[in-house]
Amino acid sequence: MTRHPAIEATGLRKTYDDVPVLDGIDLRVEPGTVHALLGPNGAGKTTTVRILATLTRADAGTARVAGYDVVTERARVRRALSLTGQFAAVDAMQTGEENLRMMARLTGLSRTAAARRADELLERFGLGDARSRLAGTYSGGMRRRLDLAAGLVGDPEVVFLDEPTTGLDPRSRRELWQVVAEVAARGATILLTTQYLEEADRLADRIGVLNAGRLVAEGTADELKTRVAGHRLDLVLADRAAYRRLAPHAVHEAPETLTLGIPTDGTAAHVRALLDELDPARTDITRFTLHSATLDDVFLALTAKEPAHA
Amino acid sequence: MPDTVTHALTLTGRGIRLSRRNVDAVITALALPVMLMLIFVYFFGGAIDTGTAYVTYVVPGVLLLCAGFGSSTTAVRVSEDMKEGIVDRFRSMDVGATPILAAHVAASTARNLLSTALVLGVAFLIGFRPSASAAGWLAALGVLLAFVLAVSWLSAAVGLLARTPEAASGFTFLMMFLPYPSSAFVPIDTMPSWLHGFADHQPVTPVIESLRGLLLDQPVGTAPALALAWCAGILAVAAGLSGALFRVRTR
Repeated sequence: MTRHPAIEATGLRKTYDDVPVLDGIDLRVEPGTVHALLGPNGAGKTTTVRILATLTRADAGTARVAGYDVVTERARVRRALSLTGQFAAVDAMQTGEENLRMMARLTGLSRTAAARRADELLERFGLGDARSRLAGTYSGGMRRRLDLAAGLVGDPEVVFLDEPTTGLDPRSRRELWQVVAEVAARGATILLTTQYLEEADRLADRIGVLNAGRLVAEGTADELKTRVAGHRLDLVLADRAAYRRLAPHAVHEAPETLTLGIPTDGTAAHVRALLDELDPARTDITRFTLHSATLDDVFLALTAKEPAHA
Repeated sequence: MPDTVTHALTLTGRGIRLSRRNVDAVITALALPVMLMLIFVYFFGGAIDTGTAYVTYVVPGVLLLCAGFGSSTTAVRVSEDMKEGIVDRFRSMDVGATPILAAHVAASTARNLLSTALVLGVAFLIGFRPSASAAGWLAALGVLLAFVLAVSWLSAAVGLLARTPEAASGFTFLMMFLPYPSSAFVPIDTMPSWLHGFADHQPVTPVIESLRGLLLDQPVGTAPALALAWCAGILAVAAGLSGALFRVRTR
């Protein structure tokens, strides 16, 4: 068997009502790895996943999943993948067990094989005790686990997880991370989208940072961290002239309070050097505070080469 | 395609389970036709002269009202599915539009068989005495089944067209009122003449005339043929339309 990438996309473009959502996405995910697409709302994460999962057609570009073309070999792609979306795709008015059996039957398993598969997944996902309860009575975390289990009944080669933990409380999020890590350990290729840096860091072998329909950075978590400052230094400037002079360095601007945010690694040496470099006369900066970088800062830092407003 | 059949059967099982658990809808679907029948027979029946016992005249009309209403709830079910993520999951599992919609229609048919049996049961209790032969019964049920299938598919198309389940429920109102300007509850010649054109030629009238004629063992003329032709036409249009709408909705 020749080894093909589990996911390979070139030049994906998609426009909805004249608004470009994807502006040329290239992606390559090796078999058995976990790849995260990290980005804010509206970056194009869901659209990318929907195109790769054959639910939406790209306007331009090509994509192959498990070696098959998502347009011309759609049925084969569908047999190789599973998709767990942002909205739980299980029936609230069926029990956990009924939902899983139904999904297993739909993948072509016989009645007895489907029952066995449902049992196995319920145990594996910690839903054994809740199997006979309607899914509508499950907690958010349990529902998401059931949803993920429903995606795995057919033992897919490639698993798409679209914002699997959005809306979950921290504890449920951690539980879901364990489950995802376990699925990955069994050898499936996973493409997951997330808004959370920490989630991508915890789960993914490689991370693509998506912003406004483009991949603005790609690499391992460590590679990205060296490119993105971990902290933000907020400077309060003495006057408007100083504010305007230093604004081009900033990743965060608050003109009403004359505050600018500058990326830094947070070390004393770097902060000291920054202050000296930005304000050699020691008159422009009146105060400063240091924050851990938010995801916004990461995006702004990564897209700083082409600022939205110059 | 064995896949399509397995998919349709699996999803029909789902549809029946979901129908059964939707207690409000079950009660409405069963109680409403029975209530209407009692209202017509006991409140209005004394004032309506149809040449026979009114209960005998009105039961076929109530059966049809019940079937129309029951089938039209399919629109709400389909619309709910489209709103939730479950249709995307089905599609990502390579389950096609046909099994998804056919399962809704099959579940609707099962619901309607049940409510028809209940309405008939109550009708017998209050004095409905049909004189149909076994063949007449079969033919009447056949016409009713064709009507249920046609309205359910049409309803599925409406469910795909509606943006929300609330909007889709508007279709149930149409199906609730369509039997009134027909011979379901009163003879058409008692209506104002401007209504005759519509009442004589709308699809509900031949269905109701067939049901009544077959159950009461009276001559039915071309009514069953006309009824089946209407149902086949609606079915063909609805199936084509829903296929196209499904593709548009899931683009």
